Amino acid sequence: MVIINLIYLTTLLPLAGFLINGLFGRKIKNEKIIGIIGSAAVGISFLIVLGAFIQTLGLPTEERSNTVELFSWLNVGGLHIKFAYLVDQLSLTMSLIVTGVGFLIHVYSIGYMHGDKGFWRFFAYLNLFIFAMMNLVLGDNFVVLFLGWEGVGLCSYLLIGFWYDRKFEKGTTSQAAKKAFVVNRIGDFGFLLGMFLIYMTFDSLNFKEVFSRAASFPIAESTFGLIALFLFIGATGKSAQIPLFVWLPDAMAGPTPVSALIHAATMVTAGVYMVSRASIIFASAPVVMTVVAVTGLLTAIMAASIGLVQNDIKKVLAYSTVSQLGYMFLAAGVGAFSASIFHVMTHAFFKALLFLGAGSVIHGMHDEQNIQKYGGLKKYMPKTYITFFIATLAITGVPGLSGFFSKDEILWSAYANGGFVFWLIGAITAMLTAFYMFRLVSLTFYGKERFDHHHIHPHESPALMTVPLMILAFLSVVGGYVGIPKVFAGEHGNLFEGWLEPIYAPAQAKLATFGSHTHLEEILLMAVSVAAVLSAIYFSLHVYRKNPQIAENVSNKFKGFYNLLLNKYFVDEAYEAAVVQPIQKGSEKFLWKIFDVKIIDGMVNGVASLVESGSGFIRKIQTGVTQSYAVVMMVGIALALLWLILSL
Amino acid sequence: MPQNNYEYFLLMPQLIIAVGIVLSVLIEITTKKSEQILPWLSIALFVAAAFDSVFNINQNFVLFGGMIEVGGKPAIFNFIFNIGAALVVLSSIDYLKKYGTYYGEYYILVQSSVLGMMVMSGAKDILMIFMGLELMSICFYVLAGINRKKLSANEASMKYFLLGAFATGFIVYGIALIYGATGTTSIQNLVENFVTYSSNIIFVLGFVFFLIGFSFKIAAVPFHMWVPDVYQGSATTVTSLMSTTGKAAAFSVLMIMLSAVFSGASNVFRPYFATISALSMLFGSIVAISQTNLKRMLAYSSISHAGYMAIGLAAGNLFSVAGIIFYLAAYAFMNIGAFTIISIVEGENDSKTDLNSFAGLNAKSPILAASMALFMFALAGIPPLAGFFGKYYVFISAIQSNLTWLAILGVLSSVISVYFYIRVVVFMYFKGSVEDFEIQISPYSLTAVIITALLILVFGILPDTLMNVITSVIR
Repeated sequence: MVIINLIYLTTLLPLAGFLINGLFGRKIKNEKIIGIIGSAAVGISFLIVLGAFIQTLGLPTEERSNTVELFSWLNVGGLHIKFAYLVDQLSLTMSLIVTGVGFLIHVYSIGYMHGDKGFWRFFAYLNLFIFAMMNLVLGDNFVVLFLGWEGVGLCSYLLIGFWYDRKFEKGTTSQAAKKAFVVNRIGDFGFLLGMFLIYMTFDSLNFKEVFSRAASFPIAESTFGLIALFLFIGATGKSAQIPLFVWLPDAMAGPTPVSALIHAATMVTAGVYMVSRASIIFASAPVVMTVVAVTGLLTAIMAASIGLVQNDIKKVLAYSTVSQLGYMFLAAGVGAFSASIFHVMTHAFFKALLFLGAGSVIHGMHDEQNIQKYGGLKKYMPKTYITFFIATLAITGVPGLSGFFSKDEILWSAYANGGFVFWLIGAITAMLTAFYMFRLVSLTFYGKERFDHHHIHPHESPALMTVPLMILAFLSVVGGYVGIPKVFAGEHGNLFEGWLEPIYAPAQAKLATFGSHTHLEEILLMAVSVAAVLSAIYFSLHVYRKNPQIAENVSNKFKGFYNLLLNKYFVDEAYEAAVVQPIQKGSEKFLWKIFDVKIIDGMVNGVASLVESGSGFIRKIQTGVTQSYAVVMMVGIALALLWLILSL
Repeated sequence: MPQNNYEYFLLMPQLIIAVGIVLSVLIEITTKKSEQILPWLSIALFVAAAFDSVFNINQNFVLFGGMIEVGGKPAIFNFIFNIGAALVVLSSIDYLKKYGTYYGEYYILVQSSVLGMMVMSGAKDILMIFMGLELMSICFYVLAGINRKKLSANEASMKYFLLGAFATGFIVYGIALIYGATGTTSIQNLVENFVTYSSNIIFVLGFVFFLIGFSFKIAAVPFHMWVPDVYQGSATTVTSLMSTTGKAAAFSVLMIMLSAVFSGASNVFRPYFATISALSMLFGSIVAISQTNLKRMLAYSSISHAGYMAIGLAAGNLFSVAGIIFYLAAYAFMNIGAFTIISIVEGENDSKTDLNSFAGLNAKSPILAASMALFMFALAGIPPLAGFFGKYYVFISAIQSNLTWLAILGVLSSVISVYFYIRVVVFMYFKGSVEDFEIQISPYSLTAVIITALLILVFGILPDTLMNVITSVIR
């Protein structure tokens, strides 16, 4: 039990890294020392998690869930909350992803952020993020989870606005940061309400207690439904699903390693983790499960379609992330919780790689992000190209790479538990994914060089940046073999599912059993989706590598639809008009100007002119407004008395 | 007359301040150096009174024939008042010097108002409440106009006085009706026979008048109209005192009057509190969005915080008492911190209190910006800062009393409020400096900022430390 009990070090070390770099970073100045402190804090954490993982693997299945208590946190009025970490199959899987991918991105950042005046600040924030994220995944109750949940939100906000003096699209990076924060708070509102309801229903916020009570207590389905719905609202905020996905594309204003770490590999999957952690609650609310699945599906296809026409390399990847997160919720919604976590893992590998590769390209192209101004970079950046290409194959789901296994498992579960339409939309999304990803690769690495040779001299990035790329490329290839489909590997051949199975056993018991489907059906569907993806790849290469004018013709022919996609279905504009403006206007125009000034003063002036003739008192005060204040009080008093009379 | 000398020992915190007031007056008229002596004397008195209260927290007695309670809950309040006042005095030293508005009575009035608060929080007789309230309020009226050469300060003082007098009228009338209905002013009697009295319409009417008067003091909608003008017009340090300790004192009285409810009697005033709470939270948060002056913004934020705390009054269970006290302590420190920073940045004639003056503060002074960000996050209720747990406790208490809708409204309102708190952070960190000016950072004020920031962090990370003390004494 030794290493498992040391799990608290995995949060303390990044915290220490944050404090050292945050307090003394400005004095240390030396980038190497700052980078090593930041990376080592996460690297050692990874080794500890790895140790705990190996140790847990050696334990019998029923002893694999351990709680490490740190201290008694809150202890009042029947509410007992310990600051404790839950080390089990799910939290270990997530911790391995967070610290492992996190470590690689830290190392990469040493190269990427070289020379930036905020170098120390950057590493301090990154460490703080890892600290918060580890609390999120390790917490053994909803309060610790929420602490991490808010913490990662704060770090995300700080890092999106990291280059606050730079322009971002029509506004500034700080506007993007604020948008992310405010949208996330709407999600947090739902999450908090969910927590309140859980406390009311189960009289506890501890995972083990809540989930065991959820499985055994006689509780109405509607109660489960409400709790699950609120939790899911929280998840849509953090994991950028409809209707709260708008912040993630804007979050690309942050430095690219941040996009890789926070907005692709780890933080945005927090919602998936939470749904998966609370699987028993979701499984007890079939209606909400459908909502989750449909939301995921719609988000997946909508984001993928937007990704088809974006020209900013990071924007394409951002919409791709939103779309892949949609897959994960689709999986959770149809009850394939382990498939959703499996996809979290493979996605962390290949999407982090894609973002870091994009960062390497941006780095080599002097901060140019428009893919229309790239072209032919293959020969300038061979290492970046190869790794990026591998990640692209992985995300499109080409057989043999990690993305294939997880995506196939999701599509199959969608078919088996959801129905043909779910599978069809999922498969179409996969085609769209293949299409826009190869569009991205073609426009970036192939074809004519469309950049200005006088100003831009593309170059390969230093080893500090390319080595992490290669490691991630390796993982993107082999990472899927822990989850080989049962149809090939036999009933117990899917190691990943077998590992997570005990976590989801209570939820699976509540869910309807899988319908009977033949192996042939599964292989057939797999073949169809693979064929579809391959043809999309071919088509994409054909258009963007060989005949670029086709793309132009098509976009001219379907101008309306093209603009709709280019403008992201005008969701931002709609939100602005429907939500943001009315609140601001309402506050400014109505409550303050009209209610406070017009209505009240108007009322007062009427009253005042009546009183004026008779009352010398009011005239003596002469401030002109104070009376109106008193009148408001009088109205309040009158209402209170009215209540009193009515309640008698 | 006291029965024995022992009672005087137990009343030590109040006596320390009372003797200090006399001493301060003497110093003020006999020496020319009062500006150097009085602030430190005040701080010494406040700290001594605060620690005396805390050390005797378990000596819970009612003294002088059922007039005043010492130890227990009043001790916690005395701690909040005295530490709060000490921090305000610390931040006042250079603030007053900066504008040449030092008058000897400033510190004496602060001391007197704290004495008034201490009388209020320990009152066991309605007349004691009234006495303490007037002592505090009259000092506040004068303090609001301490900057006597400034028009806005005079206006603030006058408005506050007129409306305050109006509210006091209701309190006195309420007391008269309560006395008329029950024949006693003893709170002990009131608590014991609360259920019987509640069926008497005269009593309920008097009680409602009393509550209305105090709703004014805690700045709840619709009795809030004075708040923005007074908070903006008064000297910043005075605002920081009024908005924190003053609010805490008014809440302490409401809790004393409602103690029967908190220990189990049915809460007949729940609709009243639920209404003012809901109105205050939403009104305060929404109107604050359109404010660009920080003092005015914090005034509206103060209104909405009164609403959150009033949730606890509506809930009316034992847990909500603890929640409100925790919230008041947290609010006192984060608000004093925020106002102290404003007082450091502030220029002459109310200038430089706009959002624009805070643009790029991080470049001018990272420590001020970092602390201000901390206070804003705490006010917005983001964990793990003290502000979050304050809200969390009162929301939980509301749920325990089946007031889930009110808790939901509270969460909604705090979501809205994040917008304007975060805007300050955005200006400080993500904007270039708009107005070019140097900030003179006073070491005393900075000390006050750092102390409050640490308290916010400690109470946020280890809320149990404070919560255990509170729960142990309210039983």
